[in-house]
Amino acid sequence: MRIYVTSVYVDDQDKALSFYTGKLGFEVKADVPVGEHRWLTVVSPADPDGCELLLEPDAHPAAKPFKAALVDDGVPLTSFYVDDVEAEYERLRGLGVRFTQEPLRMGDVTTAVLDDTCGNLIQILHKPGLVKQ
Amino acid sequence: MGESAAEGEVFKALADPTRRVILDELAERDGQTLFEICSRLTMRHGLGLSRQAVSQHLEVLARAGLVTGRREGRYKFHHIDTTPLDRLTDRWRREN
Repeated sequence: MRIYVTSVYVDDQDKALSFYTGKLGFEVKADVPVGEHRWLTVVSPADPDGCELLLEPDAHPAAKPFKAALVDDGVPLTSFYVDDVEAEYERLRGLGVRFTQEPLRMGDVTTAVLDDTCGNLIQILHKPGLVKQ
Repeated sequence: MGESAAEGEVFKALADPTRRVILDELAERDGQTLFEICSRLTMRHGLGLSRQAVSQHLEVLARAGLVTGRREGRYKFHHIDTTPLDRLTDRWRREN
């Protein structure tokens, strides 16, 4: 069994597409109409055949209170690997991205937390050797 | 001169080592989400407390006036306030 897709629940798929590609730098992998929404996934250009991120509508009534409760406590929904947290932080801040946690070094792990504008907080993380280049 | 109820809350809040670590971390960077405080306690201090437990520590610190919560849109940040410490030990000091 393999993990081929994982989800973030977004309040607006168009807005999400713009943020996850335009700001974070992911690329569209699948964009297929399904009912009133789309099966819309993005991948990292550094790993185009890797795990896809599904920009999934938060249409289920339980999704919105769940997301709001996480944001209230500052808890990120998921975490993305970066080579350099400080550099990404500066780059994304320059693009107007809002962070709820500035880069924080904890041992050999460095993290920061940003707002995806679609109702989620996302962690970026670096740990030497975590991801094979 | 005796001790006020408010001062009692400050001493109670400071008596716990975990709460002092929370203050250390907020003194290093003021204005943290609950998640950041939990991360710091776990990753830097090996204190694997539940989010609920950390929340309760923050409530004790808030009752003592040592931590204040600030809401900014959908986010909530916790700030350190050292004002209650300013005159806390005056009653034991000799006036010059």
